[in-house]
Amino acid sequence: MTENINGKTVLTTPFTEEDIRALRAGDVIFINGDVVTGRDDMHIRVVKEGLSLPADISGMALMHAGPIVKGSDGEGYSMVAIGPTTSMRMEKLEYDFMDKTGVRLIIGKGGMGERTAEACREFGAVHCVYPAGNAVVAAMCTEEIKGVAWLDLGMPEACWNIRVNDFGPLIVSIDSSGRNIFAEKKKEYARIKEEQAEIIAGKVRSFI
Amino acid sequence: MNTEEQIRKMTDIMASFVGYTAVRLPDDVVSKLSSLRAAEPDPAALSIYDMMFENMRLAAELKRPSCQDTGLVQFRVECGSRFPLLESLEKLLGDAVRKATAETPLRPNAVEPFEEVNTGDNTGSGAPAVWWHIVPGWDGCAIHTYLAGGGCSLPGHAAVLMPGEGYEGAVRFVMDRVAEYGPNACPPLLIGVGIANSAETAAMLSKEALLRPVGSHNADPKAAEMEQLLEDGINAMGIGPQGMGGNASVLGVNLEKAVRHPATLAVGVSFSCWTHRRGHIVFDSDLKFKTDTHTGFTSEQ
Repeated sequence: MTENINGKTVLTTPFTEEDIRALRAGDVIFINGDVVTGRDDMHIRVVKEGLSLPADISGMALMHAGPIVKGSDGEGYSMVAIGPTTSMRMEKLEYDFMDKTGVRLIIGKGGMGERTAEACREFGAVHCVYPAGNAVVAAMCTEEIKGVAWLDLGMPEACWNIRVNDFGPLIVSIDSSGRNIFAEKKKEYARIKEEQAEIIAGKVRSFI
Repeated sequence: MNTEEQIRKMTDIMASFVGYTAVRLPDDVVSKLSSLRAAEPDPAALSIYDMMFENMRLAAELKRPSCQDTGLVQFRVECGSRFPLLESLEKLLGDAVRKATAETPLRPNAVEPFEEVNTGDNTGSGAPAVWWHIVPGWDGCAIHTYLAGGGCSLPGHAAVLMPGEGYEGAVRFVMDRVAEYGPNACPPLLIGVGIANSAETAAMLSKEALLRPVGSHNADPKAAEMEQLLEDGINAMGIGPQGMGGNASVLGVNLEKAVRHPATLAVGVSFSCWTHRRGHIVFDSDLKFKTDTHTGFTSEQ
Protein backbone atom coordinates (compact mmCIF):
# COMPACT_ATOMS: atom_id res chain seq x y z
CA MET A 1 0.00 0.00 0.00
CA THR A 2 1.26 3.49 -0.88
CA GLU A 3 0.10 6.60 0.98
CA ASN A 4 0.99 10.24 0.92
CA ILE A 5 1.32 11.38 4.53
CA ASN A 6 2.15 15.08 5.05
CA GLY A 7 3.94 15.18 1.71
CA LYS A 8 5.89 11.98 2.43
CA THR A 9 5.52 8.86 0.28
CA VAL A 10 4.97 5.98 2.69
CA LEU A 11 4.77 2.35 1.57
CA THR A 12 3.47 -0.40 3.82
CA THR A 13 4.21 -4.12 3.49
CA PRO A 14 3.20 -6.26 1.72
CA PHE A 15 4.11 -4.16 -1.33
CA THR A 16 2.15 -4.75 -4.51
CA GLU A 17 3.90 -4.84 -7.86
CA GLU A 18 1.99 -1.66 -8.71
CA ASP A 19 3.36 0.13 -5.57
CA ILE A 20 6.88 -0.74 -6.58
CA ARG A 21 6.62 -0.13 -10.31
CA ALA A 22 5.33 3.39 -9.58
CA LEU A 23 8.65 4.34 -7.96
CA ARG A 24 11.34 6.16 -9.93
CA ALA A 25 15.07 6.30 -9.30
CA GLY A 26 15.79 9.28 -7.07
CA ASP A 27 12.42 9.14 -5.27
CA VAL A 28 12.59 9.42 -1.48
CA ILE A 29 10.25 7.08 0.42
CA PHE A 30 9.55 5.80 3.93
CA ILE A 31 8.27 2.34 4.80
CA ASN A 32 6.18 0.62 7.47
CA GLY A 33 6.01 -3.09 8.12
CA ASP A 34 8.12 -6.19 7.91
CA VAL A 35 11.80 -6.16 7.04
CA VAL A 36 14.19 -9.10 7.10
CA THR A 37 17.94 -8.57 7.39
CA GLY A 38 20.36 -10.58 5.32
CA ARG A 39 23.95 -10.29 4.17
CA ASP A 40 26.62 -12.45 2.55
CA ASP A 41 26.07 -15.73 4.43
CA MET A 42 22.29 -15.62 4.14
CA HIS A 43 22.53 -15.16 0.36
CA ILE A 44 24.99 -18.05 0.17
CA ARG A 45 22.61 -20.33 2.09
CA VAL A 46 19.61 -19.46 -0.05
CA VAL A 47 21.25 -19.33 -3.47
CA LYS A 48 24.29 -21.60 -3.33
CA GLU A 49 23.18 -24.13 -0.73
CA GLY A 50 19.53 -24.11 -1.80
CA LEU A 51 18.07 -23.67 1.70
CA SER A 52 14.67 -22.05 2.12
CA LEU A 53 14.63 -18.69 3.85
CA PRO A 54 13.09 -19.10 7.33
CA ALA A 55 10.74 -16.15 6.67
CA ASP A 56 8.44 -15.59 3.70
CA ILE A 57 9.60 -12.28 2.24
CA SER A 58 7.57 -12.40 -0.94
CA GLY A 59 6.36 -8.80 -1.44
CA MET A 60 8.37 -7.65 1.58
CA ALA A 61 11.64 -5.84 2.21
CA LEU A 62 15.15 -7.19 2.61
CA MET A 63 17.75 -5.04 4.33
CA HIS A 64 21.44 -5.64 3.80
CA ALA A 65 22.24 -5.08 7.46
CA GLY A 66 23.90 -6.61 10.47
CA PRO A 67 22.42 -5.03 13.59
CA ILE A 68 23.57 -4.82 17.20
CA VAL A 69 20.88 -6.58 19.21
CA LYS A 70 20.47 -7.02 22.95
CA GLY A 71 18.68 -9.92 24.61
CA SER A 72 18.07 -13.61 24.03
CA ASP A 73 15.44 -16.04 22.78
CA GLY A 74 13.98 -16.35 26.27
CA GLU A 75 13.83 -12.71 27.35
CA GLY A 76 13.21 -11.26 23.88
CA TYR A 77 15.35 -8.97 21.77
CA SER A 78 15.75 -5.21 21.47
CA MET A 79 17.45 -3.19 18.76
CA VAL A 80 20.51 -1.19 19.82
CA ALA A 81 21.77 -0.08 16.40
CA ILE A 82 21.02 -1.00 12.81
CA GLY A 83 22.19 0.33 9.48
CA PRO A 84 22.84 -0.79 5.95
CA THR A 85 25.95 -2.59 4.78
CA THR A 86 27.65 -2.45 1.36
CA SER A 87 25.07 -3.86 -1.06
CA MET A 88 27.58 -4.53 -3.82
CA ARG A 89 28.90 -7.55 -1.91
CA MET A 90 25.62 -9.31 -2.61
CA GLU A 91 25.60 -8.46 -6.34
CA LYS A 92 26.71 -11.89 -7.55
CA LEU A 93 23.85 -13.69 -5.80
CA GLU A 94 21.09 -11.07 -5.74
CA TYR A 95 19.39 -11.90 -9.03
CA ASP A 96 18.87 -15.52 -8.01
CA PHE A 97 17.91 -14.50 -4.47
CA MET A 98 15.22 -12.15 -5.79
CA ASP A 99 13.99 -14.76 -8.23
CA LYS A 100 13.72 -17.35 -5.47
CA THR A 101 12.17 -15.22 -2.71
CA GLY A 102 9.99 -12.69 -4.52
CA VAL A 103 11.37 -9.82 -2.40
CA ARG A 104 10.22 -6.45 -3.76
CA LEU A 105 12.33 -3.86 -1.97
CA ILE A 106 15.99 -4.08 -1.04
CA ILE A 107 17.56 -1.61 1.35
CA GLY A 108 21.31 -1.20 1.47
CA LYS A 109 24.31 1.05 1.13
CA GLY A 110 25.89 2.22 -2.11
CA GLY A 111 24.92 0.92 -5.50
CA MET A 112 24.40 -2.48 -7.04
CA GLY A 113 25.21 -3.77 -10.50
CA GLU A 114 23.72 -4.73 -13.83
CA ARG A 115 22.34 -8.11 -12.78
CA THR A 116 20.39 -6.64 -9.87
CA ALA A 117 19.05 -3.90 -12.15
CA GLU A 118 17.94 -6.67 -14.52
CA ALA A 119 16.18 -8.46 -11.66
CA CYS A 120 14.45 -5.23 -10.61
CA ARG A 121 13.17 -4.84 -14.18
CA GLU A 122 12.07 -8.45 -14.54
CA PHE A 123 10.51 -9.08 -11.15
CA GLY A 124 9.20 -5.59 -10.34
CA ALA A 125 11.52 -4.64 -7.48
CA VAL A 126 13.67 -1.70 -6.37
CA HIS A 127 16.95 -1.13 -4.55
CA CYS A 128 17.04 1.76 -2.08
CA VAL A 129 19.78 3.44 -0.10
CA TYR A 130 19.42 4.26 3.59
CA PRO A 131 21.98 6.92 4.60
CA ALA A 132 24.57 4.75 6.34
CA GLY A 133 26.28 5.28 9.66
CA ASN A 134 23.01 6.57 11.18
CA ALA A 135 22.37 3.44 13.19
CA VAL A 136 20.70 4.98 16.22
CA VAL A 137 18.20 6.96 14.12
CA ALA A 138 17.37 3.69 12.35
CA ALA A 139 17.09 1.75 15.61
CA MET A 140 14.50 4.27 16.84
CA CYS A 141 12.31 3.33 13.85
CA THR A 142 12.44 -0.36 14.75
CA GLU A 143 9.25 -1.16 16.64
CA GLU A 144 9.81 -4.82 17.30
CA ILE A 145 12.16 -7.70 16.69
CA LYS A 146 9.73 -10.43 15.73
CA GLY A 147 12.27 -13.21 15.59
CA VAL A 148 15.62 -14.42 14.44
CA ALA A 149 16.79 -17.37 12.40
CA TRP A 150 20.20 -18.69 11.50
CA LEU A 151 21.79 -17.15 14.58
CA ASP A 152 24.51 -19.79 14.16
CA LEU A 153 25.94 -17.42 11.51
CA GLY A 154 26.67 -14.85 14.24
CA MET A 155 24.83 -11.66 15.15
CA PRO A 156 25.64 -9.65 12.01
CA GLU A 157 24.91 -12.44 9.52
CA ALA A 158 21.77 -13.83 11.14
CA CYS A 159 18.35 -13.34 9.61
CA TRP A 160 16.54 -10.82 11.84
CA ASN A 161 12.84 -10.34 11.28
CA ILE A 162 11.89 -6.82 12.36
CA ARG A 163 8.92 -4.48 12.14
CA VAL A 164 9.67 -0.86 11.30
CA ASN A 165 7.66 2.33 11.43
CA ASP A 166 8.30 5.42 9.33
CA PHE A 167 11.63 3.95 8.29
CA GLY A 168 13.63 6.21 6.01
CA PRO A 169 14.57 8.25 4.13
CA LEU A 170 15.10 5.55 1.53
CA ILE A 171 16.44 6.88 -1.74
CA VAL A 172 15.49 4.72 -4.72
CA SER A 173 18.79 3.90 -6.41
CA ILE A 174 17.57 1.25 -8.90
CA ASP A 175 13.98 1.40 -10.11
CA SER A 176 11.88 -1.26 -11.81
CA SER A 177 12.75 0.10 -15.25
CA GLY A 178 16.35 -0.80 -14.37
CA ARG A 179 17.56 2.79 -14.08
CA ASN A 180 20.58 2.73 -11.78
CA ILE A 181 21.58 6.05 -10.22
CA PHE A 182 24.87 4.82 -8.76
CA ALA A 183 25.97 3.37 -12.09
CA GLU A 184 25.23 6.76 -13.69
CA LYS A 185 27.01 8.68 -10.92
CA LYS A 186 30.03 6.39 -11.02
CA LYS A 187 30.51 7.11 -14.73
CA GLU A 188 30.52 10.81 -13.95
CA TYR A 189 32.95 10.37 -11.01
CA ALA A 190 35.25 8.31 -13.25
CA ARG A 191 35.20 10.97 -15.98
CA ILE A 192 36.18 13.74 -13.53
CA LYS A 193 38.76 11.44 -11.94
CA GLU A 194 40.52 11.05 -15.32
CA GLU A 195 40.68 14.85 -15.76
CA GLN A 196 41.90 15.43 -12.22
CA ALA A 197 44.47 12.60 -12.31
CA GLU A 198 45.97 14.19 -15.44
CA ILE A 199 46.20 17.60 -13.74
CA ILE A 200 47.83 16.15 -10.61
CA ALA A 201 50.17 13.92 -12.64
CA GLY A 202 51.53 17.06 -14.31
CA LYS A 203 52.33 18.52 -10.91
CA VAL A 204 53.98 15.48 -9.30
CA ARG A 205 55.95 14.29 -12.36
CA SER A 206 58.98 16.29 -11.25
CA PHE A 207 59.00 14.58 -7.81
CA ILE A 208 61.10 11.66 -9.11
CA MET B 1 48.18 -0.25 43.84
CA ASN B 2 49.69 -3.64 43.19
CA THR B 3 50.26 -4.84 39.64
CA GLU B 4 47.03 -6.78 39.52
CA GLU B 5 45.02 -3.72 40.53
CA GLN B 6 46.87 -1.61 37.99
CA ILE B 7 46.07 -4.11 35.25
CA ARG B 8 42.42 -4.11 36.22
CA LYS B 9 42.36 -0.30 36.25
CA MET B 10 43.93 0.06 32.82
CA THR B 11 41.67 -2.68 31.40
CA ASP B 12 38.61 -0.80 32.66
CA ILE B 13 39.82 2.53 31.28
CA MET B 14 40.60 1.04 27.87
CA ALA B 15 37.25 -0.82 27.71
CA SER B 16 35.49 2.38 28.60
CA PHE B 17 37.51 4.42 26.07
CA VAL B 18 36.92 1.97 23.22
CA GLY B 19 33.20 2.02 24.01
CA TYR B 20 33.22 5.81 24.15
CA THR B 21 34.83 6.05 20.69
CA ALA B 22 32.06 3.81 19.31
CA VAL B 23 29.46 6.24 20.64
CA ARG B 24 31.09 9.62 19.98
CA LEU B 25 33.21 10.74 17.06
CA PRO B 26 36.51 12.49 17.74
CA ASP B 27 36.46 16.29 18.01
CA ASP B 28 38.39 16.86 14.74
CA VAL B 29 35.95 14.73 12.71
CA VAL B 30 32.88 16.46 14.17
CA SER B 31 34.41 19.84 13.44
CA LYS B 32 35.26 18.86 9.85
CA LEU B 33 31.77 17.46 9.25
CA SER B 34 30.34 20.75 10.54
CA SER B 35 32.34 22.75 8.05
CA LEU B 36 31.44 20.39 5.19
CA ARG B 37 27.78 20.74 6.11
CA ALA B 38 28.06 24.53 6.21
CA ALA B 39 29.64 24.56 2.73
CA GLU B 40 27.13 22.14 1.14
CA PRO B 41 24.74 23.84 -1.28
CA ASP B 42 22.91 20.70 -2.47
CA PRO B 43 19.64 20.23 -0.50
CA ALA B 44 19.67 16.40 -0.74
CA ALA B 45 23.28 16.21 0.44
CA LEU B 46 22.51 18.73 3.16
CA SER B 47 19.64 16.61 4.47
CA ILE B 48 22.05 13.66 4.77
CA TYR B 49 24.49 15.82 6.78
CA ASP B 50 21.58 16.87 9.01
CA MET B 51 20.71 13.21 9.59
CA MET B 52 24.35 12.48 10.55
CA PHE B 53 24.25 15.20 13.22
CA GLU B 54 20.89 13.97 14.51
CA ASN B 55 22.38 10.47 14.75
CA MET B 56 25.43 11.78 16.64
CA ARG B 57 23.11 13.56 19.08
CA LEU B 58 20.96 10.47 19.66
CA ALA B 59 23.97 8.16 19.99
CA ALA B 60 25.50 10.39 22.69
CA GLU B 61 22.19 10.83 24.50
CA LEU B 62 21.33 7.12 24.51
CA LYS B 63 24.97 5.98 24.83
CA ARG B 64 24.69 3.66 21.86
CA PRO B 65 27.20 2.98 19.07
CA SER B 66 26.64 5.58 16.37
CA CYS B 67 27.11 2.94 13.66
CA GLN B 68 26.07 -0.69 13.98
CA ASP B 69 29.34 -1.81 12.44
CA THR B 70 31.66 -1.19 15.35
CA GLY B 71 34.37 -2.89 13.32
CA LEU B 72 37.37 -4.80 14.50
CA VAL B 73 39.39 -3.03 17.18
CA GLN B 74 42.92 -2.02 16.27
CA PHE B 75 45.55 -0.50 18.54
CA ARG B 76 48.74 1.31 17.64
CA VAL B 77 50.72 1.32 20.83
CA GLU B 78 53.64 3.62 21.58
CA CYS B 79 54.78 2.11 24.83
CA GLY B 80 57.63 3.42 26.93
CA SER B 81 60.26 0.78 27.70
CA ARG B 82 59.85 1.67 31.38
CA PHE B 83 56.01 1.65 31.40
CA PRO B 84 55.07 -0.55 34.39
CA LEU B 85 52.44 -2.60 32.49
CA LEU B 86 54.42 -3.20 29.30
CA GLU B 87 54.46 -6.96 29.82
CA SER B 88 50.72 -7.13 30.51
CA LEU B 89 49.59 -4.68 27.87
CA GLU B 90 48.72 -6.96 24.98
CA LYS B 91 46.65 -9.29 27.13
CA LEU B 92 44.85 -6.47 28.91
CA LEU B 93 43.93 -4.86 25.59
CA GLY B 94 42.28 -8.15 24.58
CA ASP B 95 40.39 -8.20 27.88
CA ALA B 96 39.37 -4.57 27.37
CA VAL B 97 37.93 -5.43 23.94
CA ARG B 98 35.96 -8.35 25.42
CA LYS B 99 34.62 -6.07 28.14
CA ALA B 100 33.71 -3.27 25.71
CA THR B 101 31.98 -5.79 23.44
CA ALA B 102 29.73 -6.93 26.28
CA GLU B 103 29.15 -3.58 27.94
CA THR B 104 28.89 -0.93 25.19
CA PRO B 105 27.78 -3.21 23.41
CA LEU B 106 29.92 -3.59 20.29
CA ARG B 107 28.86 -5.88 17.46
CA PRO B 108 30.82 -9.15 17.50
CA ASN B 109 32.74 -9.05 14.22
CA ALA B 110 35.65 -11.47 14.61
CA VAL B 111 35.27 -14.45 12.28
CA GLU B 112 37.99 -17.11 12.47
CA PRO B 113 39.04 -17.97 8.91
CA PHE B 114 38.47 -21.55 7.73
CA GLU B 115 36.53 -22.40 10.88
CA GLU B 116 34.19 -19.63 9.68
CA VAL B 117 32.89 -19.10 13.19
CA ASN B 118 32.20 -15.73 14.79
CA THR B 119 34.05 -15.80 18.11
CA GLY B 120 31.36 -13.59 19.66
CA ASP B 121 33.65 -11.25 21.60
CA ASN B 122 35.77 -9.47 18.96
CA THR B 123 38.90 -11.37 19.91
CA GLY B 124 40.57 -14.25 18.14
CA SER B 125 43.75 -14.92 16.23
CA GLY B 126 45.34 -11.52 15.67
CA ALA B 127 42.37 -9.71 17.21
CA PRO B 128 42.48 -7.15 18.57
CA ALA B 129 45.35 -6.02 16.37
CA VAL B 130 48.18 -4.53 18.47
CA TRP B 131 50.92 -2.74 16.57
CA TRP B 132 53.87 -2.17 18.86
CA HIS B 133 56.32 0.72 18.96
CA ILE B 134 58.68 0.88 21.91
CA VAL B 135 59.78 4.31 23.12
CA PRO B 136 63.17 3.86 24.83
CA GLY B 137 63.46 5.25 28.34
CA TRP B 138 59.85 6.55 28.67
CA ASP B 139 57.60 5.38 31.53
CA GLY B 140 54.30 6.28 29.86
CA CYS B 141 52.18 4.68 27.13
CA ALA B 142 50.26 6.26 24.25
CA ILE B 143 47.57 4.25 22.48
CA HIS B 144 45.81 4.99 19.22
CA THR B 145 42.51 3.14 18.95
CA TYR B 146 40.64 2.52 15.72
CA LEU B 147 37.39 0.71 14.98
CA ALA B 148 37.89 -0.70 11.50
CA GLY B 149 34.48 -1.13 9.92
CA GLY B 150 33.90 -3.57 7.07
CA GLY B 151 32.58 -1.09 4.53
CA CYS B 152 35.59 1.15 4.70
CA SER B 153 38.14 -1.68 5.09
CA LEU B 154 36.87 -3.25 1.86
CA PRO B 155 38.52 -0.70 -0.50
CA GLY B 156 41.98 -1.07 1.11
CA HIS B 157 44.66 -1.85 -1.45
CA ALA B 158 48.42 -1.80 -1.94
CA ALA B 159 50.73 -2.34 -4.89
CA VAL B 160 54.38 -2.06 -5.74
CA LEU B 161 54.90 0.20 -8.75
CA MET B 162 58.02 0.54 -10.83
CA PRO B 163 59.76 3.84 -10.21
CA GLY B 164 59.25 4.70 -13.89
CA GLU B 165 55.54 4.94 -13.18
CA GLY B 166 56.45 7.78 -10.84
CA TYR B 167 54.32 9.59 -8.28
CA GLU B 168 51.75 10.06 -11.03
CA GLY B 169 51.33 6.27 -10.96
CA ALA B 170 50.70 6.46 -7.21
CA VAL B 171 48.18 9.27 -7.71
CA ARG B 172 46.34 7.24 -10.34
CA PHE B 173 46.36 4.15 -8.08
CA VAL B 174 44.71 6.10 -5.26
CA MET B 175 42.22 7.96 -7.44
CA ASP B 176 41.14 4.83 -9.34
CA ARG B 177 40.41 3.16 -6.03
CA VAL B 178 38.44 6.14 -4.75
CA ALA B 179 36.36 6.45 -7.94
CA GLU B 180 35.55 2.73 -7.95
CA TYR B 181 35.01 2.07 -4.24
CA GLY B 182 34.55 5.50 -2.65
CA PRO B 183 30.82 5.98 -3.29
CA ASN B 184 29.99 2.74 -1.41
CA ALA B 185 32.35 3.28 1.53
CA CYS B 186 30.32 5.93 3.42
CA PRO B 187 31.77 9.22 2.20
CA PRO B 188 32.89 11.85 3.04
CA LEU B 189 35.93 9.64 3.53
CA LEU B 190 39.29 10.08 5.14
CA ILE B 191 41.89 8.66 2.74
CA GLY B 192 45.17 7.31 4.12
CA VAL B 193 48.05 6.91 1.68
CA GLY B 194 51.37 5.17 2.33
CA ILE B 195 54.44 5.52 0.13
CA ALA B 196 57.25 3.07 0.83
CA ASN B 197 59.40 0.22 -0.48
CA SER B 198 57.11 -2.78 -0.25
CA ALA B 199 53.42 -3.60 -0.20
CA GLU B 200 53.03 -4.35 3.51
CA THR B 201 54.95 -1.24 4.60
CA ALA B 202 52.93 1.01 2.30
CA ALA B 203 49.70 -0.61 3.51
CA MET B 204 50.64 -0.20 7.19
CA LEU B 205 51.61 3.44 6.65
CA SER B 206 48.29 4.10 4.93
CA LYS B 207 46.54 2.92 8.11
CA GLU B 208 48.87 5.01 10.31
CA ALA B 209 47.98 7.99 8.13
CA LEU B 210 44.32 7.49 9.11
CA LEU B 211 45.32 7.81 12.77
CA ARG B 212 46.62 11.34 12.22
CA PRO B 213 44.18 14.18 12.95
CA VAL B 214 41.91 15.36 10.14
CA GLY B 215 43.42 18.56 8.73
CA SER B 216 46.99 17.72 9.74
CA HIS B 217 49.75 17.70 7.14
CA ASN B 218 52.85 15.65 6.49
CA ALA B 219 56.00 17.51 7.58
CA ASP B 220 57.63 16.94 4.18
CA PRO B 221 56.58 19.79 1.87
CA LYS B 222 56.24 17.60 -1.23
CA ALA B 223 54.29 14.93 0.67
CA ALA B 224 52.04 17.68 2.04
CA GLU B 225 51.61 19.05 -1.49
CA MET B 226 50.57 15.61 -2.71
CA GLU B 227 48.04 15.35 0.15
CA GLN B 228 46.52 18.65 -0.92
CA LEU B 229 46.52 17.80 -4.64
CA LEU B 230 44.78 14.49 -3.95
CA GLU B 231 42.27 16.13 -1.61
CA ASP B 232 41.37 18.78 -4.20
CA GLY B 233 41.23 16.26 -7.05
CA ILE B 234 39.03 13.83 -5.14
CA ASN B 235 36.76 16.61 -3.91
CA ALA B 236 36.34 17.73 -7.52
CA MET B 237 34.70 14.35 -8.23
CA GLY B 238 31.80 15.57 -6.06
CA ILE B 239 31.01 12.17 -4.56
CA GLY B 240 29.15 13.81 -1.66
CA PRO B 241 27.75 12.19 1.47
CA GLN B 242 26.69 8.57 0.81
CA GLY B 243 28.04 8.78 -2.75
CA MET B 244 24.88 10.43 -4.03
CA GLY B 245 26.67 13.61 -5.10
CA GLY B 246 27.63 16.77 -3.23
CA ASN B 247 30.22 19.45 -2.76
CA ALA B 248 32.93 17.37 -1.09
CA SER B 249 34.09 13.75 -1.26
CA VAL B 250 36.55 13.58 1.60
CA LEU B 251 37.33 14.72 5.13
CA GLY B 252 40.91 14.88 3.92
CA VAL B 253 43.88 12.94 2.57
CA ASN B 254 46.70 11.97 4.97
CA LEU B 255 49.95 10.60 3.59
CA GLU B 256 52.76 8.84 5.45
CA LYS B 257 56.07 7.78 3.97
CA ALA B 258 59.10 5.58 4.50
CA VAL B 259 62.16 5.03 2.31
CA ARG B 260 61.68 3.21 -0.95
CA HIS B 261 64.08 0.86 -2.67
CA PRO B 262 65.70 2.38 -5.80
CA ALA B 263 63.81 -0.24 -7.79
CA THR B 264 60.37 0.14 -6.16
CA LEU B 265 57.69 2.68 -5.39
CA ALA B 266 55.07 1.01 -3.25
CA VAL B 267 51.74 2.67 -2.60
CA GLY B 268 49.05 1.69 -0.12
CA VAL B 269 45.62 3.16 0.43
CA SER B 270 43.22 2.81 3.37
CA PHE B 271 39.80 4.39 3.65
CA SER B 272 37.85 5.55 6.63
CA CYS B 273 34.14 6.29 6.48
CA TRP B 274 32.64 9.55 7.77
CA THR B 275 32.05 7.73 11.08
CA HIS B 276 35.81 7.82 11.61
CA ARG B 277 36.17 6.18 15.04
CA ARG B 278 39.69 7.05 15.99
CA GLY B 279 40.89 7.67 19.52
CA HIS B 280 44.16 8.62 21.19
CA ILE B 281 44.83 8.20 24.90
CA VAL B 282 48.08 8.75 26.81
CA PHE B 283 48.87 7.17 30.19
CA ASP B 284 51.58 8.09 32.63
CA SER B 285 53.22 5.53 34.91
CA ASP B 286 50.49 6.07 37.57
CA LEU B 287 47.80 5.40 34.94
CA LYS B 288 46.65 9.01 34.93
CA PHE B 289 45.49 9.58 31.39
CA LYS B 290 44.52 12.29 28.95
CA THR B 291 43.02 12.20 25.49
CA ASP B 292 43.37 14.77 22.72
CA THR B 293 40.64 13.23 20.55
CA HIS B 294 37.62 13.06 22.90
CA THR B 295 37.44 16.08 25.22
CA GLY B 296 34.45 14.75 27.21
CA PHE B 297 35.96 11.39 28.15
CA THR B 298 36.36 10.30 31.77
CA SER B 299 36.87 6.67 32.76
CA GLU B 300 33.50 6.50 34.53
CA GLN B 301 31.59 6.71 31.25
